[in-house]
Amino acid sequence: MKNLKYPFDEKSVRSLKAGDAVSITGRIYTGRDKFHKFFADGGKLPVDFRDGALYHCGPVVIRNQGSGISDQWRVVAAGPTTSVRENPYEPDFIAKSGVRLIIGKGGMDEKTLAAMKKHGCVYIQAVGGGGAIYADAVKKVAGVSLLKEFGAAEAVWHLDVVDFCGVVAMDAHGHSLFDKVRRNSKEALGNLI
Amino acid sequence: MSSPLVNKLVALIRSTSSSLPQDVLKAIKSAARKERKGSSAAVVLKTILDNCAIARKRGMPLCQDTGTLTFFVDERLRRKVTPAVIRKAVALATEKGYLRKNTIDAVTGKSYDDNCAEGAPVLHYVSGSRESRGSRDSRPTVTLVMKGGGSENMSRQYSLPDAALGAGRDLAGVRMCVLDAVQKIQGYGCAPGILGVCIGGDRATGYEVAKEQLLRPLDERTDKIGQTEIVKLEKRLLKEANALGIGPMGLGGKTTLLGVKVAARTRVPASFFVTVAYMCWACRRRSLQI
Repeated sequence: MKNLKYPFDEKSVRSLKAGDAVSITGRIYTGRDKFHKFFADGGKLPVDFRDGALYHCGPVVIRNQGSGISDQWRVVAAGPTTSVRENPYEPDFIAKSGVRLIIGKGGMDEKTLAAMKKHGCVYIQAVGGGGAIYADAVKKVAGVSLLKEFGAAEAVWHLDVVDFCGVVAMDAHGHSLFDKVRRNSKEALGNLI
Repeated sequence: MSSPLVNKLVALIRSTSSSLPQDVLKAIKSAARKERKGSSAAVVLKTILDNCAIARKRGMPLCQDTGTLTFFVDERLRRKVTPAVIRKAVALATEKGYLRKNTIDAVTGKSYDDNCAEGAPVLHYVSGSRESRGSRDSRPTVTLVMKGGGSENMSRQYSLPDAALGAGRDLAGVRMCVLDAVQKIQGYGCAPGILGVCIGGDRATGYEVAKEQLLRPLDERTDKIGQTEIVKLEKRLLKEANALGIGPMGLGGKTTLLGVKVAARTRVPASFFVTVAYMCWACRRRSLQI
């Protein structure tokens, strides 16, 4: 298991290989469909993603009584959402934002893989549906952006996590675990039908 | 103050959202034993089981996508379990964090923060004859199914003949469509999943019937189905799909599907649809007797 701590520097990120198990600690930001569309339409990034992590996730968040944002919000379920929907936007986002980790499920396309190689970024697969186990890794909701505009499931949540576990599924060397499985399964299908 | 009935429905929503049905849990556990120790597949299945244990203990959502809520209510309960009562329960469950704010206006993009809007939640009043739904009892039931968007996005429909697949208008063609669907879906819909398949019907009933198959318990007795052709096809499809090696979350492995449930409907001469409804491992369905 490799430990990654925010800020995620380029050298460590480039040293990761597809198949590595990783544990992430520090700040991550959620962003999904509306966020990517907003960015592509020229919206200003609400937080600094440089050397940071973007998590494709729409959490279940409830509001607690109290003052200060951390007292107000509590994440009760926070697994990954399907990443392919962001394929059209991600290469540009990687180039312009300086993000180092993209966390999601299902992997992304070749253009995104190429952008990861060029700019030093990796894709980390979390277990889809793992709402409760990842909520456990979220120790604090440090803030939220674009909540009013996007709604709670699509807002950019600022999450402080400890030991958020995943597998590097696409690395900065152009390797993708998903490609291999897809190729093999296609061949197996060809043999069956 | 909410009524005892509303409270019962909130409890149904909470338990559906936080704990998997026994048959699904059993299938995941059995799959976990079959995967190679230390493989990605084994790690993913263990994470899934740990996740389910945490969610169940807390009574909180096991998956953050609490999905499209579909209620099947016995017709005999029509006057009691009204749309207003269901909506009240859904709003309350959302406030308590058992459900995500998951309802978006398709035109304006606005979020309905209580999960109640035109057509949401989905509510079907069903007659006793269609009550293979979850309960074996004759007492009237309310069944809730929560299906996440990631899995819904993976459902698909084929029209036979399919030249690209070389699939014709027979069960051999149906088999090709289903296996092609499994290969195309990979791990995207959160594998290991469950397939509901409808052979025939029109486009709309195809999806409806395919989806209804997801209510059937994975460990149901096959002699109840009565159609040996269908039973044979289900078994063969499950075995062959798992031979594709896609595995949990598409990272490779022996378990791509937990189950395949097939039904057939009549068709018109011009149409031959094969509809595949994909359900993720987080197959949340529960019934409440009233």
